[in-house]
Amino acid sequence: MSATTEEVAASEGTDDIVAVRHPLRWVATGAVLVVVAILAHGLVTNRAFEWDVVARYIVSREIVLGVLRTLELTVVAMAIGVGLGTAIALMRLSPNPLLRGISWVYTWFFRSIPVLVQLLFWFNFAALYKSVSLGIPFGPELLTAEANSLITPMTAALLGLGLSQAAYTAEVIRAGIAAVDPGQTRAAKALGMSNALVFRRIVLPQAMRLIIPPVGNEVISMVKNTALVSVVALAELLYSAQLIYSRTYETIPLLVVASLWYLLIVSVLSFGQELIERHYAHD
Amino acid sequence: MTDIVRGRGLRKRYGKLEVLKGVDFEVPAGSVLCIIGPSGSGKSTLLSCVNHLEKLDGGRLWVQGKLVGYREKSGKLYELREREVARNRRGIGMVFQQFNLFPHMTALGNIVEAPIRVRKLPEREATTRATELLARVGLADKHGSYPGQLSGGQQQRVAIARALAMDPTLMLFDEPTSALDPELVGEVLAVMKDLASSGMSMIVVTHELGFAREVGDHLLFMDDGLVVEQGPPREVLADPRHDRTKAFLSKVL
Repeated sequence: MSATTEEVAASEGTDDIVAVRHPLRWVATGAVLVVVAILAHGLVTNRAFEWDVVARYIVSREIVLGVLRTLELTVVAMAIGVGLGTAIALMRLSPNPLLRGISWVYTWFFRSIPVLVQLLFWFNFAALYKSVSLGIPFGPELLTAEANSLITPMTAALLGLGLSQAAYTAEVIRAGIAAVDPGQTRAAKALGMSNALVFRRIVLPQAMRLIIPPVGNEVISMVKNTALVSVVALAELLYSAQLIYSRTYETIPLLVVASLWYLLIVSVLSFGQELIERHYAHD
Repeated sequence: MTDIVRGRGLRKRYGKLEVLKGVDFEVPAGSVLCIIGPSGSGKSTLLSCVNHLEKLDGGRLWVQGKLVGYREKSGKLYELREREVARNRRGIGMVFQQFNLFPHMTALGNIVEAPIRVRKLPEREATTRATELLARVGLADKHGSYPGQLSGGQQQRVAIARALAMDPTLMLFDEPTSALDPELVGEVLAVMKDLASSGMSMIVVTHELGFAREVGDHLLFMDDGLVVEQGPPREVLADPRHDRTKAFLSKVL
């Protein structure tokens, strides 16, 4: 019996397969291209952008110092957030009801009040307490500092950003630790390991892979949150730009300068974040 | 023959649910006790009380003549500190249904972890010993593999080696083959059989009646938080006296 042409074609896999066509996609793409062209045309032809002014200021000393201050705020506030957040997460998971309670109240308080309000509070701390002292409660004071000299714009900024970040990071860390299989703790305890050893050697390394990707995201958010600090007159990126345009009235180009820097910083961090996520997804 | 484990009037409740309702049992040194029974009968809870992973609510449990989890003074039981409980657990190995290997460590890393961190053995000594143990469970070539790269049977054998690395005098097995594919059960039972013949004291919670018959010195049948029937495995399995034992065995066999 001889094979029909269909059978030959099927056995050799030579059928021509016509995939579903999507003509509307081409129409939509065309429409998007038109919109992009209009926007690009506007960016170039609208003189209010003052691209020459942007070019003049983009790497000016004042702006670059502002960028460095923004990076410094991000790093230090995140360090406070992660350090304190870890302590609060551990307190939350502790069998001690007092520690659990303190941790709960902390998270509730610092997550409920907007960071902007917290920043203003810290900045005006001196109006609330004239001085801060270290000493025996209700007894003699050992160390005293004027609130005005203690709370600089920088300390107010770090307290405002760091303390509220700790509340958020604590939740991420708590969730990461809680997600580790309880069987791991049982197995480690059965081997005679102490609670501290179980946490450090068994639970924490497994929690880290769950904790690190979201904390990376928080770093990116923090870069943008530092702009809030401009309200306490600390010359980070946005406030540096504001200082310049309050003198020169070149508002729009300086906001463009600040935006370009934020875009650059966040793009670099997002790329790093992607690498981290890929690293942890893979094994 | 002295008993390595002795329990008297053991009680345990989770909220309102009473899971152990007064259990008495003992394990003579060097013998193998098998515990069978339907799920929810309290057999795994009983096992976890032996190394104090679960706290008893009543009764007294001794391992090697020492009260587990408590110190008795003038008729009262004082709870031991976490550190003392941890020290007492070192001599008791435990193997879990879900293996519970540490996924971020290699097979070798899993085995040397407790000897190095808890017993403070030098790394070289711990590694030599771990290599011997891996060979003993038939996995000499798997020392660098992570748990995720091993089959269930291989993981469970690593878990047994990990428990043995602490030189325990008693081994607890909590349904060690229940999570395994049928064709992998044999390799784990073979390791356990070898361990039993070397004179290790063992308590095995299991559904493997063949293993209980062949290796067990004594068999407990538990149901609803109580020991319903016990005796030499061959007798209990061949000629159960209680209706509940008969009903259970007819379902399992």
